[in-house]
Amino acid sequence: MKKVGVNPNHSPTGLASATKPPIGSALMTDPLSDRFRHRHLLAISDLSADDIEFLLEKSAEAVSVSRQLNKKKPVLQGRTQINLFFESSTRTQSSFELAGKRLGADVMNMSVGSSSVKKGETLIDTAMTLNAMQPDLLIVRHQSAGAVELLAQKVGCSVINAGDGAHEHPTQALLDALTIRRHKGAIAGLTIAICGDILHSRVARSNILLLNALGARVRVVSPSTLLPAGIEQLGVEVFRNMADGLKDADVVMMLRLQRERMAGALIPSVREYFRFFGLDAEKLRYAKPDALVMHPGPMNRGVEIASEVADGPQSVIEEQVEMGVAVRMACIEALVGEKGYPANA
Amino acid sequence: MPDLRQNGDCPIIIRGGHVVDPSQGLDGPASIRIENGMIASIHRGGGDPGAPDAAEFIEAAGKHIFPGFIDARVYVGEPGAEHRETIASASRAAAAGGVTGFVMMPETDPIIDDVALVDYVRRLARDNAVVHVYPSTAITKGFGGETLTELGLLREAGAVMATEGSHSLRNSLTLRRAMTYAKDFGLVIAKETTDPDLSSNGVMNEGLIATHLGLPGIPREAETIPLERDLSLAALTGASYHAAKISTSASAQEIARYRGDGASVTAGISINHLSLNENDIGRYRTFFRLSPPLRSEEDRLAMIEALANGVIDIIVSSHDPQDVDTKRLPFAEAAAGAIGLETLFAAALRLHHSGEITLTRLAECLSANPARIFGLPGGTLARGAPADLAIADLDLPWVLREEDIVSRSKNTPFEGARFTGKVLQTMVAGRIVFNS
Repeated sequence: MKKVGVNPNHSPTGLASATKPPIGSALMTDPLSDRFRHRHLLAISDLSADDIEFLLEKSAEAVSVSRQLNKKKPVLQGRTQINLFFESSTRTQSSFELAGKRLGADVMNMSVGSSSVKKGETLIDTAMTLNAMQPDLLIVRHQSAGAVELLAQKVGCSVINAGDGAHEHPTQALLDALTIRRHKGAIAGLTIAICGDILHSRVARSNILLLNALGARVRVVSPSTLLPAGIEQLGVEVFRNMADGLKDADVVMMLRLQRERMAGALIPSVREYFRFFGLDAEKLRYAKPDALVMHPGPMNRGVEIASEVADGPQSVIEEQVEMGVAVRMACIEALVGEKGYPANA
Repeated sequence: MPDLRQNGDCPIIIRGGHVVDPSQGLDGPASIRIENGMIASIHRGGGDPGAPDAAEFIEAAGKHIFPGFIDARVYVGEPGAEHRETIASASRAAAAGGVTGFVMMPETDPIIDDVALVDYVRRLARDNAVVHVYPSTAITKGFGGETLTELGLLREAGAVMATEGSHSLRNSLTLRRAMTYAKDFGLVIAKETTDPDLSSNGVMNEGLIATHLGLPGIPREAETIPLERDLSLAALTGASYHAAKISTSASAQEIARYRGDGASVTAGISINHLSLNENDIGRYRTFFRLSPPLRSEEDRLAMIEALANGVIDIIVSSHDPQDVDTKRLPFAEAAAGAIGLETLFAAALRLHHSGEITLTRLAECLSANPARIFGLPGGTLARGAPADLAIADLDLPWVLREEDIVSRSKNTPFEGARFTGKVLQTMVAGRIVFNS
């Protein structure tokens, strides 16, 4: 299977036709689910463009479930999902929790940062302990790149990466793509500017891989101190100022700036950062008039984004949150639903 | 340490083999006669060495015989982490790789910075080790970077070099004084160089692969900047300085430049940096997390060239046993280091088979050169030298399996690797300490 790699040699053309479901069969129990043959969802780089297309289609269908009065689609009754967050996160954890519950699974939250790790238990030991409780799915976030993959090698159930260090956050990239598609139709051909702290961002890495795989023109806009080495070779155009980077962009994706970056001398001050890289109405005018404004949250208002833009008409930030639940429902079902990976059936 | 007086009664004749001993310009058939644990005579052309009646014969037809390898950088877990490696288990691993002597890093718990600890290590080695174990000492007390250890007394007690292990010595004044003082006692200062600020929280070579994995990178300059300072101070003080583990061509160039200007400077490289590159990390394989980090393929090729043209003097295993508790972790949280005593020679042989480094040059970098730099016995099969040697089949194909690893720790980057050539017998002071 073709993987999205360092140099994605993708061919966006032909994808859409190959992946369109036959008319009338666009239900979640359709035979298309046979196409997703992964045990885990660890990284966008593990997925083919076909896989991505499949998950996005499934996610689009899941949106309606959350908009009904009865928000249950109980296909996972009796299944157990454990949210294992070594790094605290209110938003992502509740999104995964809701997604699991809306599918009828039993969901348990474990905030490990506060318990066993402090007693010296290793990641693997924690994983083995939970594994012994026979869950069907683990949702894991960890502060170290590669940690979720390491854990996935040691457990007997499916694992979804909810963010590992500065490596990947695949469901975030999927929900961003879903949001974009709802407004812009296809992703192929769009110019998408990802702005801010690329160096420390797993969201940026997953989005670069996914958007490239679907044929977008991806730009990164950032001061050079917040760009990782060799970023150009990931298939992006690099800009060091917002005027050039946002010119004619269809989507402006802002990243959260962690304030502790100032201590590492990566930027001199919040004031200076906002002046040159913060998105305000003035800078947004460089982009196309109908450009979408996105942010994975939580936002630092007045640091990377001004309230006038975050709350403005072009912002789809709240919709991203809604799509997050849909995407996570689709991913969970693809992995552990009826048609999921054979070992889980 | 093995008693050189044992096995004195029965002379041993190794005959029919091909001897590679760069210390005497020997690369051809020769017979070796061993008496009282020493080389009694060596007969070029493989002629009859005049065996006495009660001699023991080792038939080495089709085999190569090398001076026993000397590994100048070995981390051992004893004292303090015996579950990873003891001096005894490290010595057995060494013997299995044809290594007849190694310099033990002071990076133990407690850190070896005191005469009593050097003495303790030597006694442990004497009683338990099957190869020669040479202790080294910290340059500053507890690697603290401020107070000098008793370099003169430590030298007397048997420390063969002074090193800060994997730590850089940040204080340039302390380093200058350590160099100035060590020179008076003929003690080599051996250092790894890593700028702790510039390498920051980096865990692998800076570049595209690190970016892709989301891991913080270490730039090459984190090695070369402190190395340039060290070389300047070596030139200033006239001390003997050994750059213990270089990994970039810029480092090699600086060393060549200072040496050209007359500084007493030598350089070593770990076999890992001649054999592997950053691509081998794959998806977070922690056995490939090393210090300095594995660099790019261009760097590796530049290092082979620096070894061939004489800028790099010695090859070390940088044997660094780590256990599950320090390696079965996310990449950025895992300890750096890999074992290597058993695979040092086999991995080095790849460079011979590929035609990149001659066999005599390899043998020199593994025996004569480390002996000369650190003033150790051995490294030669000349008459009167200790009978430390390795007998190898250069063409034997084999695969490294975890269950065959002698070392107490199994963190080898070569698991499942195919090698051509293996040490079959290792002799220390005339006694066979390994026989496959």
